[in-house]
Parts: sequence; C-alpha cells; structure tokens
Amino acid sequence: MSTADQDLRTLTRRSFTTGGIAALIGGSGLWWMKNARPDDGIPWPLRKVLQFNERLSRTYYGPARLAPTYDVSRARDPRVNGQIGLRSPMDMSQWTLDVLSSGQKPVVERSLPIQAIHEMPRYEIVTEFKCVEGWSEIVHWAGARLSDFVETYGHETAYISLTTPDRDYYVGLDRESALHSQSLLAYEMNGKPLTLGHGAPLRLVCPLKYGVKSIKRIGAIQFTNERPADYWAERGYDWYLGH
Amino acid sequence: MSRLEYKHPRPIRWMHWMNVVLLSGMIWSGLLIYWAHDVYQIRIGDRVLFRFFPEWFYRIFGLSSRLAEGMAWHFTLMWGFALNGLAYVAYTFISGEWRHLVPNRKSLREAWMVVLHDLHLSSVEPPRRKFNGAQQFAYTGVILMGAGSLLTGLAIYKPVQFASVTTVLGGYEWARLEHFALTIGYVLFFLMHITQVIRAGWNNFRAMVIGYEVVAEPTPQSELTVANSACHPGSIFQQCLCGLLVQALSRRQSPQQASMNQDDVWRDSHVDR
Repeated sequence: MSTADQDLRTLTRRSFTTGGIAALIGGSGLWWMKNARPDDGIPWPLRKVLQFNERLSRTYYGPARLAPTYDVSRARDPRVNGQIGLRSPMDMSQWTLDVLSSGQKPVVERSLPIQAIHEMPRYEIVTEFKCVEGWSEIVHWAGARLSDFVETYGHETAYISLTTPDRDYYVGLDRESALHSQSLLAYEMNGKPLTLGHGAPLRLVCPLKYGVKSIKRIGAIQFTNERPADYWAERGYDWYLGH
Repeated sequence: MSRLEYKHPRPIRWMHWMNVVLLSGMIWSGLLIYWAHDVYQIRIGDRVLFRFFPEWFYRIFGLSSRLAEGMAWHFTLMWGFALNGLAYVAYTFISGEWRHLVPNRKSLREAWMVVLHDLHLSSVEPPRRKFNGAQQFAYTGVILMGAGSLLTGLAIYKPVQFASVTTVLGGYEWARLEHFALTIGYVLFFLMHITQVIRAGWNNFRAMVIGYEVVAEPTPQSELTVANSACHPGSIFQQCLCGLLVQALSRRQSPQQASMNQDDVWRDSHVDR
C-alpha cells in the first residue's frame, strides 16, 4: 500500500467521523428544538426567535414608512375569512364600543355609540390587505384613525387590546402600530357600510400587520402596559406579525 | 501512480453541508406555509399541466394544516440560511476561491460542450479543472438564487418597512411567486446536482467530505491506478446507478434527433480543436 493510500484512509476515516459526530449533534439539536416544551402552540426556542425577530423589527420600525396605496379602481371585495367572534347574535342598535380600564379586572370607563366614531375626522385608504395564509387583496376602507381615537378617548400605554363583544376573538397591538397614520377604525369597505361578515359596525384595519390583527366587530378596547392576549398568537403564530 | 490533491477548503465543505440541512429546512417549512394558499399552476391557455401541489403530495409529506409551525420554523431557520450563505460568499472572496467559481469569457462555450458531452452528443471531454464552465454557471447561479430568495423573502416578510424592495420586485403577489419559483429552481438544481455527483463518482463525492481528491499522475498506468483507488463499496453502487442513468438518457432520444444533433456537434468540436 502506497503512502497516498494510507493518507487517504486516514483522511477519510477522520473526516467521516467528524462529519458523523457533527450530523449527530446537529440532528439532536433540531430534534430537541422540535420537541421542546410548547409556548403558545410552538416549541419555546422557536417562540424565543420570533420574539427576537419582533425586537429587531421594532428597532428598525419607522412611523413614516407607509403601506403602499393604490388607485381606488383596483379595489376588490376580499373573501370572508374567519367567523370567530362573529357567531353570536348581533343587535346593531345595542352595539357600543366599550373603553376598558387597564389592569387585570377592567371596568368599562366609557361606552361609545357608533356615532362617536362617525363624528371623528374621516380618512380613506386603498391598501393591500394581506392574509397570513398568503393571499392578498386591494381594498378601499373608510373610517377614523385609531391614533385620533387614542388621543380623544385613550391613554398613553405600551399596548392596546381589542376584543369582539362576545370576547371570542381578541388581538393585541403594539403602540407604534396602533398609532400609525394608516391604522383605521373602519366602518366602510369599498364605498359601502361594512357587512356583518366583514365586521359591521366597526372593525380595525391595520395595513402594518397580517389580516388576522384587523379584528372585525370590535366590542371593547383596552389600553394596557401588559402585553395583551392574542387569539392566533396563542395558537402558534407570532404575536407581532408586523409588516 | 496516483496522488492526493487538495480540492475543497474546509470552510467550504462545512458551509456546503450546513446549507444542505438549512435549505432543506427552509423548503420544508416553506411548503407548510405555501399549503395555506397553494394557487400556482403551470398552464397552457386553460389547460392545467401541473398544479403545485396535488393532494397526494401534501399527504405523503404531512404538510397540511401546519401554517403556524411552518412560519415559526421558516423565520427561525432563515437566520441560519442567510448567515451561512453570506459567510460562504465572504469566504470565497477573501480566500480567492471565487476565481474557480465565477464564470469567465470561456465558460459559456465550455458549459455548452459539457452539456453536449454529458448527453452523449459529443466525445470532447470536459476540461480537467476544479470546476468546468457548466459547474461555474451552476454554482454561481445557485448563489445568485440564494440572494434572490433573501430579497424576495424580505419583500414578502416586511412589505411595508421594505416597501421599495417589494415594489421593485413587482409588488407583493409577484414577490411571493418569485420566492416560490426560486424554490422550484433549487429542487431542479438539486436533481441535476445529485445526478452529476453520482455520475462523477465516489472520489469526487468524497472530496466534498475529506477535502482531497485522488488524481492520476500523468504516467501510462494512470488510468489503472485511479480505477483501483476508486474501487470502494460505494463506487459499485455508484457505477450501477450511473449505468442506469446513461441508459435512460440515451434511450429517451429518437435516433434521428441524436444523429442530427451529433453531426452539428462533431463539426463544431472538430473546428474547435
């Protein structure tokens, strides 16, 4: 056997052993990650990375950056996706938007009729509504700015929580996204009052987030410094979901 | 006599194999995401030739109803994929390795000759260099695809904060399609890569693990020695597979087509020599 052959054998044995050990370590790492204790529906290491991604996004976030807007002729009706929080019977005349105090046991500070929102400065926006599933649709919305609402009826808090009247659906928003100039409390879609399926009488439109954050049929709004519960974040999705 | 020649530097080997794991993870988690809105098709007019993907595909690989899990993995592994890719590009530049990888003036013609040779349409052997023209295009191209995936990915991950990127790519929906098309590109690359690795044999594959390749010294017996040193349990498997592939390839061609193409190629290659 030549020295080249001997060298080759040694090199092959060494490298394949190292490679095998590395593959074993890498494989166990992934296996551990996949089977780690779940934190709201996904393994906790993945949740930690999503939270890291959120911190990074929020550092980079600029309130002046706007979601692209389009000509109104391109607006279409999006599909009705998700009925959670809309299944309870709805009496429009009884509807109010309740502003809740912060804390664990909130009390209703104020109950506002829909007129209160209609009387606020009206804004229209044509933006792309993006669903977490992957589809998107250009939609024309009209409503009041959430930032105006916060100024009039709210408090300066780190988070805002929004829930449907039956509390079945709930979303949490970070302050920057809620106060963004394109975040609307919408009452019209494509030139017509909201239908029940699209969240009548009042829904959120937040072009900075996936559609799941744009809660339909808002019943209550709470200003809080604790990170609010979020329906889909409890089911494995990122809490932030920011664009 | 044969000797050992250092072919692939250690960092390149590590990054190559890490990329195998990371890219597989990205494609798998990407499919979990794509399932939730699987609209892409290959169509001619109204006739659907292929739907991405048929129901059985999701069933076999267990890809259905796992959107949240897919997103969590995708937005975790993306860091590994991006950092590994950037490290690779940085390394090839710092080490000078890029000189072997980036196509030059001669590469296009050489790549074409390699394709003809591999399809058994030409007997002109590919040059005995680290990477031939076809490899240079493939390996540089796949790196550009990686950059494309990062860019189209960013465009659909942060379409407001990076709205300019999304707009340049043709908007949110186009960027999603481009992101998907690149993934299909990786799968095609992978199939071609695996085919060529099997064809090239154990010695070539082993070099991506140990770094060294056995090369023949230019002596009359060189061919024999190389053949012997390649006689490894793996190579028997490899040669069988290779034989099957060659047969499959040559059978697929109609006789007229083959002879027609060959005529052109012969003329071409003889002029060249």
